[in-house]
Amino acid sequence: MANAPPSNLLDEVLDGKGDAVFSTSSDDGYGGGGGGRMILVEDCVETSGAFVVHHLLKRSLSPHSSDVVVFLSFAHPFSHYDRILRKMGCNLSVQRDSKRLLSFDMLRVERLGEDSHSDRGKTSDDRLMALYGEVQKAVEVCSSNEGRRHITLIIDDVSLMEVDANGSSNLVLDFLHYCASLTSQFGCSLIVLNHDDVYSTMDGPNLLLQLEYLADVVMKVEPLATGLATDVHGQLTVTNKGLEDGSGKSRNKVHNFHFRIKDSGVEYFYPGSKA
Amino acid sequence: MQLFLFVFPFYCSSSEDIHQLKYMAANRPRGGSFSRNLSASSTGVSHIPGLKHGPNGTMFLSSGIPDLDKILGGGFALGSLVMVMEDPEAPHHMLLLRNFMSQGLVHHQPLIYASPAKDPKGFLGTLPNPMASKDDKSRVHETEQEKGLRIAWQYKKYFGEQNSEQRDGKSEYCSDFDLRKPLERHFFSGQHIDCVSLRYSADLATFRERCSSFLSQVPRNIGNITGGRIAIQSLCSPQCEYSNEEWEMLSFVRSLKSLLRLSNAVAIITFPPSLVSTTFSKRMQHLADTLVSVKAIPDEDKELAKLLTGYQDMVGLLSVHKVARINTQPLLAVELYASSGSCSVSSKTGPTFS
Repeated sequence: MANAPPSNLLDEVLDGKGDAVFSTSSDDGYGGGGGGRMILVEDCVETSGAFVVHHLLKRSLSPHSSDVVVFLSFAHPFSHYDRILRKMGCNLSVQRDSKRLLSFDMLRVERLGEDSHSDRGKTSDDRLMALYGEVQKAVEVCSSNEGRRHITLIIDDVSLMEVDANGSSNLVLDFLHYCASLTSQFGCSLIVLNHDDVYSTMDGPNLLLQLEYLADVVMKVEPLATGLATDVHGQLTVTNKGLEDGSGKSRNKVHNFHFRIKDSGVEYFYPGSKA
Repeated sequence: MQLFLFVFPFYCSSSEDIHQLKYMAANRPRGGSFSRNLSASSTGVSHIPGLKHGPNGTMFLSSGIPDLDKILGGGFALGSLVMVMEDPEAPHHMLLLRNFMSQGLVHHQPLIYASPAKDPKGFLGTLPNPMASKDDKSRVHETEQEKGLRIAWQYKKYFGEQNSEQRDGKSEYCSDFDLRKPLERHFFSGQHIDCVSLRYSADLATFRERCSSFLSQVPRNIGNITGGRIAIQSLCSPQCEYSNEEWEMLSFVRSLKSLLRLSNAVAIITFPPSLVSTTFSKRMQHLADTLVSVKAIPDEDKELAKLLTGYQDMVGLLSVHKVARINTQPLLAVELYASSGSCSVSSKTGPTFS
């Protein structure tokens, strides 16, 4: 179950200490082994983190593995992702047909539960529970099918899930906790996108803090502090949490680099190293 | 009076940068290396007035302001949601709405307009009229003069052709509007125009239904695209009963967005960020495909006057924060954002068109 050779800095960072993110075969000594990780991507209005999701989606569907992706898209219709990933060299429609990608398009009308009159009585609670039921079933089927295929669950994005849940962040948190439990039960990974600036003015515990607590890897997408530039579109900070450094102590490892978004992918480089 | 946009870079200082930025904005519709050759593939759709092909299989309709269209890379993409952040003290967002709505009526596109006012129909009376184009006038002069000119008579046909080509190209997609003249009656006749007052509705459910049925009437098949327009003024205005229910409004915007994606329409929503919580405002901004804000310029600000040429004629600043990225990576928007950090709306008294 070899991963594709690391093609850029982001992959190297994720591969370096986080083999378990994308394959169950390696034992990284985290959480008793076998458990997948949770990656949290944070972005803001000025710089969208969507490109990280696209990158991770492509990575999870790399032709070298037979991994399965369960994709919950709240932000855009499937066709949008399909078009983008096609430019990056990954055909989502084909992957979906070959059952490697299970897409839940949450923008479809029947998903929003407005048109169908049978759904009218349903609360957002019921809808989220039903959705989780579907996700769990999908994960179970995938993991039982062909032995130890690795499963990645991607959610784009959590703040819209909150809107669907009518503002009840507890419901969303419950949902994410259930999904996180899947990571230990079936060893699947969880990749979640959320917006940083929505929560920055909130006092007390909020959804984002809870997510940061749950996550093993936090990736933060920000604009450059110095303003806009033509060859650097922003910076990406990757925090690997709870790494054991041999002597039994755990520490965080932080990587910081800049990126430039292109049509067919993203260029990553260390600050100042762009020619 | 006419709306002018002056592009000026926010972070750059030298004039060299300005040229570069203008150049970038002008070259926008070119798209990435993967975009289809449109001249080859455009079959019949290309000559629908009011619509234009964009990169990545998108189509644009005009905002009604030629310069804004240019900055946005062609206009508003069909299926996108445009948010305008209002200035709390100046009604400049109304200028954007007016031009947007007028342009739609000129192109015979169906329109739905919602506002917290008691009588939203009254707003239609304030829509600007497209300006008689300069070319028209100069042509009239030419023909008059040409009677006396014998030598150049054989070149007349070339002049004529050129002029009409230019003129058609302009009036087809985006018109210049004269803010002093109300839109002529004949543009309203036989049009699908729906005006909704949001003041007395306790929730947005009925309006959502209305938008949904409106969007289902806008034709979706390729050969028959017209492009509908939805304009919602001051969504979170405190006059409305639902204005304290933030989640209700967010879920309305979200479902509107999902409806739009499947249709050939553009919705423009203005909202006052100063009247809502920061969290709510940020959520709205994230929901937007294209995000624009308007801000008034204070009178007699000496420092600003030094910074801006034509300060006397300007009434406000318009900033483009986000540009719709349908079917593409954020590439366009980031570059575009860099290129058009800010621009100013100036309401300038043009040459007299009496």
